[in-house]
Amino acid sequence: MIGKWAPRSGAPRTGVDQFLTVLRVVAVGLVLVGLAAFIAQEINTDNAFARWANPDATGLSGAGFRGLVIAGISQGAMYGLIALGYSMVYGVLGFINFAHGEVFMMGAMTGWITSTKLAEAGLWESNFIGSLVIVMFGSILVSTLLAVVMERVAYRPLRGAPRLIPLITSIGVSFFIQNVSIVLFGPATKSYPARPDWVKNKHTALQIEGDKIMVIAAAATSMILLWYLVERTKVGKAMRAVAEDAEIAALMGINVNRTIVTVFAVGGAFAGIAGIMWGIDFGSVIGHTGFLPGIKAFSSAVVGGIGHLGGAMVGGLFIGIAEAVGPLLILEPLGVSGVSQLRDAVAFAMLIGVLLLRPSGIFGERLRAEDRT
Amino acid sequence: MTATEMRPGTAPEPELAPPRRALDQNWRRLVRMGAVAALVEVFIALSGMPVRLDERPVIVSILSLGYVFVGAIPIVVGHRIGRQVRREGVPIHRAGGYELLGGTLAGAIAGAGLSVLVALLTHFDIREPLVNWSPQLRDLLSFNRGTVFGVLIWLGIGAVGGFVGGGLRLLPARWRRTLVTMAATVVLLSILEQLVADLVSGVRLESVADWFYGRRGGLTHSGAGVTAAIAGVAAFFGRGKLKTTRERIKSLEGPARTRANAGMILLTAAILIVVPMLVGSLTNELLANVGLFVLLALGLNIVVGLAGILDLGYVAFFAVGSYTAAVLTAATSPRINPEFPWFVALIFVVIVTGLVGLFIGAPVIRMRGDYLAIVTLGFGEIIRLLFLSDWLSGWFGGAQGITAIGGVEIFGLTTVDGTNPRGVFYLVLVFCAIAIYVSWRLERSRLGRAWMAVREDETVAEAMGINTVNVKLLAFVVGAVLGSFSGAIFANKVGSVFPSSFLILVSMVILVVVIFGGMGSIVGVIAGAALLIGVLGGPKQPGLLAEFSEFKLLIYGALLVWMMLARPEGLIPSARRTRELHQEEFLQDAWLRGEVDTDDGDGEAPGAEGRP
Repeated sequence: MIGKWAPRSGAPRTGVDQFLTVLRVVAVGLVLVGLAAFIAQEINTDNAFARWANPDATGLSGAGFRGLVIAGISQGAMYGLIALGYSMVYGVLGFINFAHGEVFMMGAMTGWITSTKLAEAGLWESNFIGSLVIVMFGSILVSTLLAVVMERVAYRPLRGAPRLIPLITSIGVSFFIQNVSIVLFGPATKSYPARPDWVKNKHTALQIEGDKIMVIAAAATSMILLWYLVERTKVGKAMRAVAEDAEIAALMGINVNRTIVTVFAVGGAFAGIAGIMWGIDFGSVIGHTGFLPGIKAFSSAVVGGIGHLGGAMVGGLFIGIAEAVGPLLILEPLGVSGVSQLRDAVAFAMLIGVLLLRPSGIFGERLRAEDRT
Repeated sequence: MTATEMRPGTAPEPELAPPRRALDQNWRRLVRMGAVAALVEVFIALSGMPVRLDERPVIVSILSLGYVFVGAIPIVVGHRIGRQVRREGVPIHRAGGYELLGGTLAGAIAGAGLSVLVALLTHFDIREPLVNWSPQLRDLLSFNRGTVFGVLIWLGIGAVGGFVGGGLRLLPARWRRTLVTMAATVVLLSILEQLVADLVSGVRLESVADWFYGRRGGLTHSGAGVTAAIAGVAAFFGRGKLKTTRERIKSLEGPARTRANAGMILLTAAILIVVPMLVGSLTNELLANVGLFVLLALGLNIVVGLAGILDLGYVAFFAVGSYTAAVLTAATSPRINPEFPWFVALIFVVIVTGLVGLFIGAPVIRMRGDYLAIVTLGFGEIIRLLFLSDWLSGWFGGAQGITAIGGVEIFGLTTVDGTNPRGVFYLVLVFCAIAIYVSWRLERSRLGRAWMAVREDETVAEAMGINTVNVKLLAFVVGAVLGSFSGAIFANKVGSVFPSSFLILVSMVILVVVIFGGMGSIVGVIAGAALLIGVLGGPKQPGLLAEFSEFKLLIYGALLVWMMLARPEGLIPSARRTRELHQEEFLQDAWLRGEVDTDDGDGEAPGAEGRP
């Protein structure tokens, strides 16, 4: 079809484009029909429309819905914390650090070690807040260190290599760290010591569990700290400059290597915090813990617009809530059974959907000069 | 001049400078390398590898594979310490006391890591987080003779190992090669024990096998001696003969080259047909597994190696192929069970996988390379989750999968199923041959050149009039179909399909195979699959080193990183891919060699890609 005149865009429309248009319409249509059926069913259970799609749909009570949303928010806050690392590294180096989920896992693993040791000493029960600070400190330390070592050993020699090379390397790093934790600590599930009652109980008028409050508070505090670091300090300025254009930044006297290490360290620290939160919220960790949250956190970063820090957190919350309520809200009214098994599939479908509908994410990407072309 | 000859480092050997003084060490580098080696030693010890691999003797009652691993590190670091960077204008020193002292010290530091560990093992108990912190490890490391002995012996072993490693640099190249070949052959033969013993017994020489290998594995003393002697003699006198033969075959032109190639293909085919008849079912099972992964790796090679699309969800096509074959051939399939013969089902497998490939490919093909990788990974996981879900369990059996799948009936002659691994191997072999032929022809076709153009630079390829979207989509589909063959054989070989056979892990392992072997190189990919899957084992399939199964994924991860850092073009690289990856080095080499080798400089210019 050379020379075919395309009225609007430069590229001629191909079969693939038409297929994609159909796919977009179908995806949006399914979501809308599912939502409509859900709303119809909530208004009137015997509504013909709701019955037509799924005769056995049970719907959701108000409390059930609130519980799911709260769980989604706290889960999403963790995704957001991990996503910050993906987003920052992508902003500065332009590659996906696939192994970042493993940094998070190692944070959770360190938290397991310190918390069981503290529980053996009896401190975990008697002084929970104090022990939590120690545990948090240990995890942040290990995660930061791991991220920095990773950068030094595996990624720094590959700067300037073709784009896929560092990505493949990071897949290898991820694989390696995952199995390091398995051979060192054994393949069994590691259980965190029991939490004190006030963490398990529900608080405030909204009936939020203590651990969920903690997760949300930690994420909010981290976000504020990060905002301050990036927007108000000299280090942050250097980061933004390197993200904008590493070469020019170097010419302006910024130590690019040190800035990149800082970026990895900050991302690692947030992953460490997320690891502890994960451990306390879910109570256990294994070597594979990092994989799925890692991918979902990456999806969050993409959904929010990669390279955009606020976007990473918003994307995290979006993915967290979507995978918590999505199956019941959209899939069940459509007649899919066993929807809770499809949580992960929903998260991945979100990623694919966002890339299909709005590839630059909610807030738009902030890419380096060379990537924008 | 062929492309493979133009590798970096072929510059003529420069004049050697006198040896460096022994005490002029680069101390920081020495301590750093020693410390890294010590950390590696401690990590290996704590990972449980020595204890586990101690069950695998290399030479009966003298050496186990566990000790080989721990003992090789001081030698390696001792050798590395004397390495000199070849740079134009900087003299290369002859080896001497510098290498010996440096090697010994670095090796001793590495050994000291284990010494410290032995001392700590005796006095502390942190088995709580570290599962391998055990008395067995202490006994193994101290040779059952107490802590003091253990501490001293590892310092000694480290120093001696480092000395040997450094000393290797002092030997003439011929002797060095001979020694290394001898050691490597002994270790290799002990690793290949199952295969070799099975083969030797297959030609009715059980007594030779018994004499060669000990009862509980490992070479006997006489066996090891004979092996080392033969390998040594061959390496000493045969040095370079192999290389010259290869060069000679490479330099052949026209019909002579074709004849030589045909001869080699026939020879390989004959070996592959004869060997399975000689070996037992266990080894055949292993060969069949390797074959399945060769098939998968060849498929992924088209996607990743030729078209440069990093597909992390390749297992999806393996899964779809398996499930389609299972649903169409098994009587127990929940919803539809037409019980087609396998070959009829295969037609549907190709169609279904092709469609799934189109369906997955179309949305992702426009994405940037790294997004594409993650999204395909997402698709791979979604497909597995769908097969696992209750929602579709009416079709695919959910977590229970589909069981009691019949074998492959070959024109009413025989039935090939899991109980007949030899038959499975031959079946896989046929499909591998098809896949190799398809890959080989495609690589040299217009489409193959379009793929490589897209891999090198998509924008330029588009400007040259290649419809990049269609071309990439086609790569996706062809790769998918090749993978589905493997899946279809897998389903009928194992006799059952479960969602847990199709974890993302499988994708990763195939990716490691392709990258380790050499992206875009058919021979490389086959060699990669044979080495990795055959020796270490697949995601669930055991390899020759069954003791290794706990650590193989660890090794795969490390291998992937190391490969990317040290040799991104792979073990047996494709010439074109090497040039893409090392373009700058080639240009520099060409420039440096400007006067030495002018015709090379011209041949290595970036514009020379199109030459035959």
